[in-house]
Amino acid sequence: MNILYDERLDGELPANDKQQVLTRLQEAVQGLTLLHREEDLRPFECDGLSAYRVLPMLVALPDTLDQVERLMRTCHDMGVPVVTRGAGTGLSGGALPLEQGVLLVMSRFKQILEIDPEARIARVQPGVRNLAISEAAAPYGLYYAPDPSSQIACSIGGNVAENAGGVHCLKYGLTVHNILKIEVITIEGERMTLGSDALDSPGFDLLALFTGSEGMLGIVTEVTVKLLPNPENAKVLMASFDDVEKAGKAVGDIIAAGIIPGGLEMMDKLAIQAAEDFVHAGYPVEAEAILLCELDGVEADVDDDCDTVRRILETAGAIDISLARDDAERARFWAGRKNAFPAVGRMSPDYYCMDGTIPRRELPRVLNGIAALSKESGLPVANVFHAGDGNMHPLVLFDANQPGELELAEEVGGKILELCVEAGGSITGEHGVGREKINQMCTQFQPDEITVFHAVKAAFDERRLLNPGKNIPTLQRCAEFGAMHVHNNELPHPDLPRF
Amino acid sequence: MAQHDQDMAEALCEQVRQADMDKTPLKIVGGDTKAFYGRPVQGHPLSIREHRGISHYDPVELIVSVRTGTPVTELEAALDAEGQMLAFEPPHFGNAATVGGMIATGLSGPRRPWAGSVRDFVLGSRVITHDGKHLRFGGEVIKNVAGYDLSRLMAGAQGTLGVLTEVSLKVLPKPTAVHSLSLAIPLTSALERLADWGRQPLPITAATYHDGSLHLRLEGGANSVAAARERLGGDTLDNTFWTDLREHRLAFFSSADDRPLWRLSLPNNTPALELENGDDTAVIYDWGGAQRWLRTRLATDTLRNAASSAGGHATCYTPGDCDPFMPLAPTVAKYHRHLKATLDPNGIFNPGRLYAEV
Repeated sequence: MNILYDERLDGELPANDKQQVLTRLQEAVQGLTLLHREEDLRPFECDGLSAYRVLPMLVALPDTLDQVERLMRTCHDMGVPVVTRGAGTGLSGGALPLEQGVLLVMSRFKQILEIDPEARIARVQPGVRNLAISEAAAPYGLYYAPDPSSQIACSIGGNVAENAGGVHCLKYGLTVHNILKIEVITIEGERMTLGSDALDSPGFDLLALFTGSEGMLGIVTEVTVKLLPNPENAKVLMASFDDVEKAGKAVGDIIAAGIIPGGLEMMDKLAIQAAEDFVHAGYPVEAEAILLCELDGVEADVDDDCDTVRRILETAGAIDISLARDDAERARFWAGRKNAFPAVGRMSPDYYCMDGTIPRRELPRVLNGIAALSKESGLPVANVFHAGDGNMHPLVLFDANQPGELELAEEVGGKILELCVEAGGSITGEHGVGREKINQMCTQFQPDEITVFHAVKAAFDERRLLNPGKNIPTLQRCAEFGAMHVHNNELPHPDLPRF
Repeated sequence: MAQHDQDMAEALCEQVRQADMDKTPLKIVGGDTKAFYGRPVQGHPLSIREHRGISHYDPVELIVSVRTGTPVTELEAALDAEGQMLAFEPPHFGNAATVGGMIATGLSGPRRPWAGSVRDFVLGSRVITHDGKHLRFGGEVIKNVAGYDLSRLMAGAQGTLGVLTEVSLKVLPKPTAVHSLSLAIPLTSALERLADWGRQPLPITAATYHDGSLHLRLEGGANSVAAARERLGGDTLDNTFWTDLREHRLAFFSSADDRPLWRLSLPNNTPALELENGDDTAVIYDWGGAQRWLRTRLATDTLRNAASSAGGHATCYTPGDCDPFMPLAPTVAKYHRHLKATLDPNGIFNPGRLYAEV
């Protein structure tokens, strides 16, 4: 099933004449940069999920909030769909443009408006890069905790839209746990503040609802994030195992001992080899799996925890355990993990990155399932795993130039996600549904649940103009997806008409 | 405990379906310990108390799923037996307090600024919708961004959007060491020191200024707590102080005091407000200054305006003439009405509990 917008399955879109929309926007929004020639639109045809490309009707690059407000009001009046984009690093096609829509690019809003070390907050525009916040806070001994692997490039507006995570989520939380307030412009061009500088606000927790809503409910125009004091000390242990299952068990044992590591990551053999080839992190290439365990906090506690974790790893059957001797080695250990995706990218012309989450106890079963799918399809799969919080990133290796391989990779990816749902997990831990996992939403949710999601959407955007076709599938799409995909011998959504 | 465990979801769904058909408002009740926190609701009582029991608890996964009629004390005892806890320290305000009320009111205790609030620990929920369907959102995994985050939306929504029947929560190991202490210092230097300590990796997990002293709780590994204890000095404080504060059992909260009780939620570095110095006003500064309890006869508008200009809001904890919750900005209020209308079109769930229009 093609991932591109399909009016039959995703709902009819308003038909607007490009020239008319352009003229109207030029009149209504003074000074707005509007791109409309094919060669100017081309750079915006995809986000980080680059296998899928669509030329937007127009690209808008506003410089002021006033322009955003007028743009939204005009698009709402004319019935023009709007897809919002930040840095375009998203991996699920959440910012994939629409042929009939305006792509609203927020990248010019890149000012850090305020760092308040007393209040331990930063107020920033949505185009500010994730890492730039921590860099600006560093002179005060503070940092912004969520650290997605793309942190050097991804922007905070997109982090809010996707509820971005990273390698330190188990201890420090996701984006939703680390923001206090957002400013929003609605599809009707109204401004609203959600959350506040205080720790709570009256009324519904719309801040939580908007976080991770993938640009479906409003446009984020400013974000106030919490800053944390840098941990006094951080140490990283690397343990290698001759068996993935043993490594998985060690993860559970560490947590059962009452230790919440700052980061706890696992990589399998293929991922280890790829990373080692690429960044020479000093990984043991013969190991079946490695665990990276970062312990942070006050030095004396970190030392105690290191001893405990080392004992646990030994008992769990680690064949080798090494402690990073200094910050440089610690950075090198992490460099392998943080570069795992590009490293795998060097081994194969293309790869497809999945983002399922599972209860940790299901790890052996799911890994075996993935291995079976890999064998059956002939496509190698490398596994990178945020082991502490059960977030898997299997990377399906393929060559898009071989006819049928992209489709095969998608199929394997889809089956991996279904395996995660069956194990009691989710199809996406931190990358978002976007366009990529729109069909798998039908596996994770029942039609009644999807109906409630549509009700939430309708409360903020009744005409379905914000990012249509993303995040929540239509019931028609689920009916069709279900029809080709009979699950447990039960036909899903038997009450729905088939097309 | 286990002999009381039962799943009443089907019966609850039926009651909701009926109420929706008849357009009869429901007043959702758990242990009825927090009725004061919100506007009075006129409706047919829908009790969730019988729907109780821990449905799944896996300490290694740091996750518990529990039916909402379960008493909070029962849940806490089960976690305690495994050396774990609800890190947000929910106030009970009575032994009958249920998990449902804990989530619906969204209240958190002294550890909140350091550990997070109720909603921060909500991972998933089961909810009965207006048409009596029993649905599941979120799940039992720590990271999950599939679909809108309805579970966190339900936290603090006071049952106005649906009936919560089960929640999945992230739990945490209890700290290995705890020490509480008091420093007899003036308020201004207490607030200054807190701002300073906030930028350092100190194991502070509660900070309250009360009766001329700054009370602190240190939690963490034995070494870090010992080191911080040595550094901060002060007099040892009994750890039960935090429970008494959380449960409003300190003399300050006594019902003998006939001045209304207000809660101000403010940015964490807000200095003492002018109105806090009034002759007839007493204050406890909790959450390192971000949550302030006031005993005062000052007018509602005076308190709300002061809180609002400082970047926060004021809530009235004494049921009476005024609405407990600060009015919303017009656009935000509009989307509250829209959400209520799309999720509860016949207005059957706790109508008016949060605001007259929702």
